[in-house]
Amino acid sequence: MLKSKRPRRMIRGGMALSGCMAALALLGTVWTPYSPTAMSGAEKFAPPSWVHWFGTDQFGRDIFSRVACGVGTTFFIALGTVLIGAVLGILIGAVTGYFGGWIDEALMRLNDALTAFPSILLALVFIALLGFGKYNVILALGVAFIPSYARVVRTEFARHREMTYVRSARLMGASHGRIMLRHILPNTTQVLLPALVIGFNNAVLAEAGMSYLGIGVKAPDVSLGYMLSESQGYMMTAPWYVLCTGAVIVLLILGASLVGEGLQERRGQ
Amino acid sequence: MRYAAKKLAMMLLTMVIVSFLAFLAFQIIPGDPTARLLGADATTESVAALRAELGLDRPFFARYGAWMQGALRGDFGRSYSYAMPVSELLAGKIGITALLTAVSFLLIVLVSLPTGVLLCARERPGLDRAANAVNQIIMAVPPFFTGILMTLVFGLMLRWFVPGSFVSPSEDFWRSTAYLFFPALAIALPRIAMTVKMLRASVRGELDKDYVRTAYSRGNSRWQALYRHVLRNAVVPTVAFLAMAAADLVAGSVVIEQVFSVPGLGRLLLTSIANRDYPVVQAIVVILALWVVLVNGGADLLNQRLDPRLRLS
Repeated sequence: MLKSKRPRRMIRGGMALSGCMAALALLGTVWTPYSPTAMSGAEKFAPPSWVHWFGTDQFGRDIFSRVACGVGTTFFIALGTVLIGAVLGILIGAVTGYFGGWIDEALMRLNDALTAFPSILLALVFIALLGFGKYNVILALGVAFIPSYARVVRTEFARHREMTYVRSARLMGASHGRIMLRHILPNTTQVLLPALVIGFNNAVLAEAGMSYLGIGVKAPDVSLGYMLSESQGYMMTAPWYVLCTGAVIVLLILGASLVGEGLQERRGQ
Repeated sequence: MRYAAKKLAMMLLTMVIVSFLAFLAFQIIPGDPTARLLGADATTESVAALRAELGLDRPFFARYGAWMQGALRGDFGRSYSYAMPVSELLAGKIGITALLTAVSFLLIVLVSLPTGVLLCARERPGLDRAANAVNQIIMAVPPFFTGILMTLVFGLMLRWFVPGSFVSPSEDFWRSTAYLFFPALAIALPRIAMTVKMLRASVRGELDKDYVRTAYSRGNSRWQALYRHVLRNAVVPTVAFLAMAAADLVAGSVVIEQVFSVPGLGRLLLTSIANRDYPVVQAIVVILALWVVLVNGGADLLNQRLDPRLRLS
């Protein structure tokens, strides 16, 4: 098949969009036009203007400032989730795929069972057990996403296990750990990278969903999902509240998904 | 036949592990349920009596065995916060969530399959690019946001339905289904986009193969080649994908039920989590997980019927 420019364009577009969102998130941690929690009785439901770019909410808080903080929270949670899920998932997938045998069988059965719980459901149960809050959301989602990474990595390691380069490395006396880390792992980036990006995407989606349900981030932290559920009550009086918040969530997901899909398509060619 | 038997055994094993995990998760929670059930005026004797009644004084595996036996008969114990058996609490809700899932699955199949095939029927680069862009955007909009937009536009502005006016399907099946149309569409939209993308990718993969060229050389038109040969092969990964989507729909409905105030399993799950009503949470989790295992297993068996080559592995 002819190599098309589409994947590269998708990756670039997605990177640009994600970069803007990351910049917004970074900005939100150091500076916002207004304090995200400052209330103002005189400015309830002010429509978008040069003073308040996204308008204000039911307490007169500046929505743009809150969205910037919310994007920061979401980034933090999504990155933490990917880190936990990927590190443990890669570890489990690598060991099971490389060694095979009964430990592989046993762990994969466990994996099958875990994938039977939809990940947001799994995360909700973890939250029910651990309690609310930013770090518990990271832990819950991270653990919930382990099986998906483990599966991808295991397939790759099992495929590479019998390849000549791995055999020759073994003949040269390389230890199992070295073979896994230095020889096979770099060869799996083609598969791993899109999986990581798509995992980030799913984490954003899951976090927003959980916060929307009120089972996620706790009060002092601002969350886009929770803002969305709040805005639902004022849809007719302040449509900008729901639209601006939702649009930012969509852009966040769109950026990551473009990069992920682009990477996947590039691998397919 | 041997494949089917092996598959069924595997599904059974997965279900046992699933139920065990669900049971285990709710055993390691700190805190004793008796303390909450009895409140502040609990005496040592009443706690001991309740522990005996709930079976909490028995060893772990005995409790798991007893719980499994009950669960197999549809008895999931008693709810902590509502004074009724969990099974009765669930009975009214399962139907609603099942209906929501069914409507949205129907929407996925009815919209995505024809769209996917029609988009493949002719080579049209412009349309292809437009379809790709639309697909990407639809996939990026989370269902709960779609749902909120739908309540805003179709509920509050156009007044096609009144948000929150859900009637139970046992009262009026058709009105209930009509109310569920928008929630179902909200869940279905991203999955429709994914299925279309998936179907097109697998059709395109097949179109390059030799047997398609042979079909053309025998005088088949593109449509005939597609219909008689390609689709049979392309449909296999799509069925697997649709099964995954069907399994995923229940998770989607947990969120969407909240958006449209549909009193289904999802809402019950959320209130139960908030009230720490663990027997109810446990039962819902097990039921949803079993549904996922069943759907995925069923899809594997169906695929193996559709494509005999899969029976070898």
